[in-house]
Amino acid sequence: MKPLFLLLALFFAHPALADSSLPAAEWADRQLPDPRQEAQARALMEEIRCLVCQGQSIADSDAELAGDMRHLVRSRMAAGEKPAAIRAWLIERYGDWVSYRPSAAPIAWPLWAAPLLLLGAGLVLLMRRVRFK
Amino acid sequence: MSRSLRFVPIALLALLIAALVWRLANPGDTVIRSRLTGQPVPAFTLPAALPGKPGLTSADLTTGAPRLVNIFASWCVPCIAEAPVLGALKARGVAIDGIAIRDRPADVAAFLARHGDPFERIGSDDTSRVQLALGSAGVPESFVVDGRGIIRFQHVGPIEPADVSTISAELEKAQ
Repeated sequence: MKPLFLLLALFFAHPALADSSLPAAEWADRQLPDPRQEAQARALMEEIRCLVCQGQSIADSDAELAGDMRHLVRSRMAAGEKPAAIRAWLIERYGDWVSYRPSAAPIAWPLWAAPLLLLGAGLVLLMRRVRFK
Repeated sequence: MSRSLRFVPIALLALLIAALVWRLANPGDTVIRSRLTGQPVPAFTLPAALPGKPGLTSADLTTGAPRLVNIFASWCVPCIAEAPVLGALKARGVAIDGIAIRDRPADVAAFLARHGDPFERIGSDDTSRVQLALGSAGVPESFVVDGRGIIRFQHVGPIEPADVSTISAELEKAQ
């Protein structure tokens, strides 16, 4: 009986780094009444990195902080703020890293140019081969 | 094609593999640091986290002397380990304010009764809004704020006894 009880108790165990006991924030899991605003908020939330589960977006993550970040995005959208401004506000605090949208800053130019350069190099190689034969 | 050029692709592959192996052996730092270090604390107003202790506003952090702002929660296990260290800092005369994340007044009161209360003020942040405004990503975290309200230093994770000298030095620098 005792082992069974302990086994059952496992199912009710709570992780040590538990979440808070407060319910999710108002706009964490509720859609905005305006479908256009909700679509824009959704698009932004899919491009913002969760600070807890660092490989997920805040739209995907179940972390409480991700819920609070969705609340922040939706409540600011509802207050009329533009998605770009909300993204910039987060980048100001957490760096480019928090946004999944690739940066067009000069530091990323070699990355953007790489496919073109590689394609060019491939073409040059191919043309030289063809000419030799 | 010249003979030496033939080895370029294999050399590139070897470099790529070396880079991948190096990154696997030395995974990057996953600590998230606030970019606001060196900048003023964003304006905020938080209600009191429990009766009998005032809430926290950004104006409370411009008193002319450096302060330590500790982001904590009653449900946060590492915060328990940090509590005696904060108590020791308070005993040394450090002014400490708290921001309680997603907490209930009764839970905060029970936490402070059990683990000590080093805080002059505690603001209640029940949607993590001020935490996000500060560029913090978890609990516990601490910020050293100078007398003009400029964030001078961020400590991620619990302040352990070994970190006290760093925190004291940063508070000293913020004078």
